[in-house]
Amino acid sequence: MYGSGRIIPALIIFVGLMTFPIWYNAGKAQQPPVLVLPTEHTECVRDAQYMRESHMVLLHEWRDDILRKSGPRSGVTASGMQYQRSLQQGCMSCHYDKKNFCDQCHDYTAVVPDCWACHLEPTKEAI
Amino acid sequence: MIEKAFQGSKGYWTWIACLLAVIAIGGMFYVQQWNYGLGITGMSRDVSWGLYISQFTFLVGVAAGGLMLVLPYYLHNYKEFGRITILGEFMAIAAVVMCLMFIIADLGQPMRALNVLLHPTPQSMLFWDMVVLNGYLALNLICGWAILHSEYKGVKYSNWVKPFIYLSIPWAISIHTVTAFLYAGLPGRDYWLTAILAPRFLASAFAAGPALLLIIALIIERNTLFRVGQVAKDKLVTIISYAAIINFFFLACEFFSAYYSQYPSKMYTKDYLFFGLEKDGSIFNNLVPYMQASVVIGLIGIAMIFYARSKKSDLLLGISCGLIFLSLWIDKGLGMVLGGFVPNPMGQVTQYYPTIPELGITAAVWATGFLILTILYKVAISVKLEKEL
Amino acid sequence: MKKDRRDFLKLAGCAAVAGVGSSTAFHSLLRGEAEAAGLRRAGTKKEKTGVRLGMVIDIQKFLDDQDLARRCIRVCHQIHNVPEFGNPKDEIKWLWTDRFEHVFVKDTHYRQAQHLQGMPVLTLCNHCDNPPCVRACPTKATFKKADGIVGMDYHRCIGCRFCMAACPYGARSFNWRDPRGMDEHGRSFIRELNPDYPARTMGVVEKCNFCSKRLAQGKLPACVEEAAGAEAMFFGDLNDPNSEVSRVLREKFTIQRRPSLGTYPSVFYII
Repeated sequence: MYGSGRIIPALIIFVGLMTFPIWYNAGKAQQPPVLVLPTEHTECVRDAQYMRESHMVLLHEWRDDILRKSGPRSGVTASGMQYQRSLQQGCMSCHYDKKNFCDQCHDYTAVVPDCWACHLEPTKEAI
Repeated sequence: MIEKAFQGSKGYWTWIACLLAVIAIGGMFYVQQWNYGLGITGMSRDVSWGLYISQFTFLVGVAAGGLMLVLPYYLHNYKEFGRITILGEFMAIAAVVMCLMFIIADLGQPMRALNVLLHPTPQSMLFWDMVVLNGYLALNLICGWAILHSEYKGVKYSNWVKPFIYLSIPWAISIHTVTAFLYAGLPGRDYWLTAILAPRFLASAFAAGPALLLIIALIIERNTLFRVGQVAKDKLVTIISYAAIINFFFLACEFFSAYYSQYPSKMYTKDYLFFGLEKDGSIFNNLVPYMQASVVIGLIGIAMIFYARSKKSDLLLGISCGLIFLSLWIDKGLGMVLGGFVPNPMGQVTQYYPTIPELGITAAVWATGFLILTILYKVAISVKLEKEL
Repeated sequence: MKKDRRDFLKLAGCAAVAGVGSSTAFHSLLRGEAEAAGLRRAGTKKEKTGVRLGMVIDIQKFLDDQDLARRCIRVCHQIHNVPEFGNPKDEIKWLWTDRFEHVFVKDTHYRQAQHLQGMPVLTLCNHCDNPPCVRACPTKATFKKADGIVGMDYHRCIGCRFCMAACPYGARSFNWRDPRGMDEHGRSFIRELNPDYPARTMGVVEKCNFCSKRLAQGKLPACVEEAAGAEAMFFGDLNDPNSEVSRVLREKFTIQRRPSLGTYPSVFYII
């Protein structure tokens, strides 16, 4: 192959650089974050598995239902617990420790939600 | 084929380097805008669209103007345009890319631009504008590249290209019509609320597009062995001058209906743009010199282009095309959009002045357009010359 | 089968596209239905069913209490976290006052009563029944709700500002810069954050929402509540003959802002 003397080493370096994060972290098991759960409640609006996977889906459903269809602003769980269908006033009223709840997982999964550009985090006083 | 763009003279590479420098500077301004927000521009609550959207509007016209070269060749089999049709198609590509870049530059939340696709809204003219502009870009890429490539191989283009060519003709009309509908359907914006807006847009487009193309073609002629041909040039002069005359006729119609009817809200913006608007004892006229110049320059350009044809002078031809292009750019790329916001629907006047970052970003988008145009034309001219010589 | 003008135009548009149904549209015109329907529509809503929330503002009451408008604006902007940039270029307004001759553009009427000239008139989103902004929005980020409110979803807004060009009342504001930021003196643009309501982000449009959230809690809009003592503002269902707004509209002479534009505003003024 023409120029193989340069192309092949260059390719090796390129592949090496691109896969750097994989082999650099190889063998080091990352610990999943340990979340600080609210102590006042034992139950969320849906089961933990659903909330872990699909909390954004739920938030979007609430938003579209309330904003566009004037849907109810509060809901009741199967066990009869009342809750606000709202990030700022619902979720955050229990999960007020944003740093040890939201951020922990989002950092771990490298997700950067822009909720907090508009929605207000619970302040220090609230905690 | 693309390899042709990588072989060029020193002048070619200097030109490319200049364009890249302008793009880099504009890119830095865009980073500023990204961090600070659109408040970095001269736009305000009252004049909520500025240079970006006005350039977008003008360039949709330039893109549609390519039609004036495609239509005679493919529909009427006008052979003399054979050599420059590809230039028209490639100019449309560069212009549409610039349009899309100006739209993105103008968005408050550019990362959400795809919401237009995610939540399609057929009642919004902007949705349709997105559809037709992207469609037109695709059509011109397909037609332009396929046809040039077959020429490169020395064969006639395949039959499958033909439907795309025929589709691109009405599509060109649609891009500028829909762009006019962005403005012409808004109650309370009386300068824009006129049924003649789409025809006016098309008339100015069919003058400005071919005028720019002819200027570039003349520059290419001076620097390469490529020749447009006298017959094609004369035909272009006819197209440009008729379209420019129709454009001014439409403008005169607008003036008539406003000033003869003495309908106040139809007169305000025209007063502001062409004569100065008096409001609470002060005169607002920051665009008057430009708009008056636009009319004068345009009329001189039309007179001169006929003279240039009779004298067969390429220099005069280039200058007259430049004048017509400049006139139409001022009219549409400046007055049309900015003027529509003055006075605002409450009768208040806010004058708009673009800021340095805004001008920098605008220049960078134009430079990107010229970079695309240069590369595409370099390829096209190289292929043509290789086959002809 | 009854058709009003909008339905007729839709039909005609479809017919033109299909290129076949032109005779149907033509017959509809011949029967004079389109014209008659258009004239009949000069009332309030094409279908007088369902809820259509609206407001009446008595501008004389604001003349009697010169500070009332300022208080209404303050409470509105405070609870909705509306930033204050301190310059007209970046300004965001949900509820504001403008001079009488700007709110009700006078054009050639130069002999209006002296006391009206320059008089501050409270103004806000008109929550039109036929809103041009909703038509313009390319993402349905702004929409018409079943209760007549023109709502907005700030999550979806791409900041194209087509709605601002479309609104003939200047009711829409754009976040030209970050509303959560600070000025050069280190003062937050939002003076005092209301923790019960979100703020907005840079690059989206915003406007009055008739206090949708307070309505859901069974309260009146904040400005109406503030003006209740002075009986300067009324709020309720325009389609309900027993509502307070309907009563006021029956008893008093009211006007709308630029009714000739066909937007069917839901805000009325007692002059």
